[in-house]
Amino acid sequence: MYRRTLVLMLLAGCLGLAACASKPPKPSAATQQSTAGSGAGAESQGAEGGANANGGPFGNQNSVPGPQQGMLAKRSVYFDFDSAEIKGEGTDIVAAHAKYLSDHADARVRLEGNTDERGSPEYNIGLGMRRAQAVRQALLLQGASANQITVVSYGAEHPVDPAHNEAAWSKNRRVDIVYLTPNIQPPQAPQ
Amino acid sequence: MKRKPRAAAPLRMFLAVLTAACLAAPAAWAQLKIQITSGVTNPVPIAIVPFAEAPTDGTDVADVVQHDLVGSGRFTALARDRMPATPTHAAEVKFADWKAAGSDYVVVGRVTPLADGQLAVDFNLLNSLTGQSITRQRFTGTASALRNAAHRVSDVIYQAITGIRGAFATRIAYVAVAGAGADQLFQLVIADADGYNQHLILQSRFPIMSPAWSADGQWIAYVSFENHLSAIYVQRVLTGQRTRVSMRAGINGAPAWSPDGRKLAITLSGNSGHPQIYILDLGTQQLTRLTDAPAINTEATWSPDGRFIYFTSDRAGEPQIYKIGTTPGGIPQRITFTDDYNAGPRLSPDGKLLAMVTRDDSGSYRIAVQNLATGDFRVLTHGGLDESPSFAPNGATIMYAARPGQGEEGILATISVDGLTGLSLKPTQGEVRDPAWGPFIQ
Repeated sequence: MYRRTLVLMLLAGCLGLAACASKPPKPSAATQQSTAGSGAGAESQGAEGGANANGGPFGNQNSVPGPQQGMLAKRSVYFDFDSAEIKGEGTDIVAAHAKYLSDHADARVRLEGNTDERGSPEYNIGLGMRRAQAVRQALLLQGASANQITVVSYGAEHPVDPAHNEAAWSKNRRVDIVYLTPNIQPPQAPQ
Repeated sequence: MKRKPRAAAPLRMFLAVLTAACLAAPAAWAQLKIQITSGVTNPVPIAIVPFAEAPTDGTDVADVVQHDLVGSGRFTALARDRMPATPTHAAEVKFADWKAAGSDYVVVGRVTPLADGQLAVDFNLLNSLTGQSITRQRFTGTASALRNAAHRVSDVIYQAITGIRGAFATRIAYVAVAGAGADQLFQLVIADADGYNQHLILQSRFPIMSPAWSADGQWIAYVSFENHLSAIYVQRVLTGQRTRVSMRAGINGAPAWSPDGRKLAITLSGNSGHPQIYILDLGTQQLTRLTDAPAINTEATWSPDGRFIYFTSDRAGEPQIYKIGTTPGGIPQRITFTDDYNAGPRLSPDGKLLAMVTRDDSGSYRIAVQNLATGDFRVLTHGGLDESPSFAPNGATIMYAARPGQGEEGILATISVDGLTGLSLKPTQGEVRDPAWGPFIQ
């Protein structure tokens, strides 16, 4: 874990100071990234938290952790515009992962809700969360346990296809199911 | 940024690597280029004569002033090669020559070194039709603050001629995004309102969004998804010192400072698909829930007196703007009724206008303003994916994020609240979004 944190710090350092060749911005917080706050932020990162083989935190499509058999290899559930209804193949994908989670009590997933780029960014965070919660509820109804699932919404901030057309938008309206190393403690809900 | 005097070994190692990285890394810094997109039909003709300059860092004060005024869309400037002379004092100005050149107003000035090492910027705004001086002022500061002094000159000239307080000597925050997919890199940047003088606040491989200025301009609140966890931070602009104020389950989003700077309105969802608006007291950490509809409730913006919050909710099936009191138990009141999508509200500094993203019949997302007294609703922009409106502190201009066309990267743009004048701020690379216009600097 320590080594991974350091790698992240080095990465942040390189990026943070890349700027000073042309202009002298102050990379004040970039250097604090790993030390800010206390506790969970810097320590709770799993395999997805640090630098992956391809340099980014969002993983490499060619080396996805977690089960790979049959429908389990599919990790994205797609949605219609302005909808959080699980449909078509998405139903089968969710069912397969629910069964896997039910059969493997130590397995942990993070559900990442996403929207297309259109509209107000924070409202899209809400829409992405609605989609992620729809998948969470379906997983729970089919046997997964609440402690196996964490949820985050990226809204429109993490598109898989950055193009600005309907073909890209339909790929970006999705919930990604990301398998984690099992030692992550989810943060607490507000009272 | 404050560091403890004796750093532990790992930190020293980290600092050493930082230095090496600085030398080796390529420049990945996107400048913003201004392009004027629209202006009034009869802009005021003015001549900004080059200032007599002390040796400085190369800042051309008259040039900065000219860009400010012309960029406002309300002025045209006489080109330097068409100027009849280059006076630097009012006594040297031959008004008939400037009148003949078509300039109603002439600005002359000087930059002179002071005994304490600072610089003085003196200028005089003259009416070439009457031959009178309208105003003359002096700003002093360090050489590194020369651009800021120039923006203050612009503020004075703008107010003297238009009657509206200038907002050139202000700052903006925005998010710059480079790369895509796994290589995405997010930067939270603060810059002067004209895009110059950029400072990096935070850089991350994870999304950064929703920067918000405190009313005194000393703090920025923002959302950052470090390690895949959404969290809200407040960060002191000057020192970089930051505090994580919320990292609860689900959404931690849409921070908005109360006018007194003591509270944040934030959006939390917990483990539900129904995000709600809370008020977080930054002193006591006490959390007060304001909304309870089983719907999306988010994007709070405060009324200037701190008594109300306007927010987005889809409780009626589609996103619309509502208003609720900031003491618990209030009944939300729906504010917008035009079109079936209104979101991302921002109140003007005087609390009279509500800016928002609206979706029209053609499916285009545009910036609109609603007059809260009359209900008058006007669409100001003409893009397809305009979003994230933010008022200038003088209330005269709105900055927003726009996507100029198919396949083009996101830019920042401005539009005056009368819809007449605008400009764009285009990054030299990557895209920019989520602008937040800071307050007047005291």
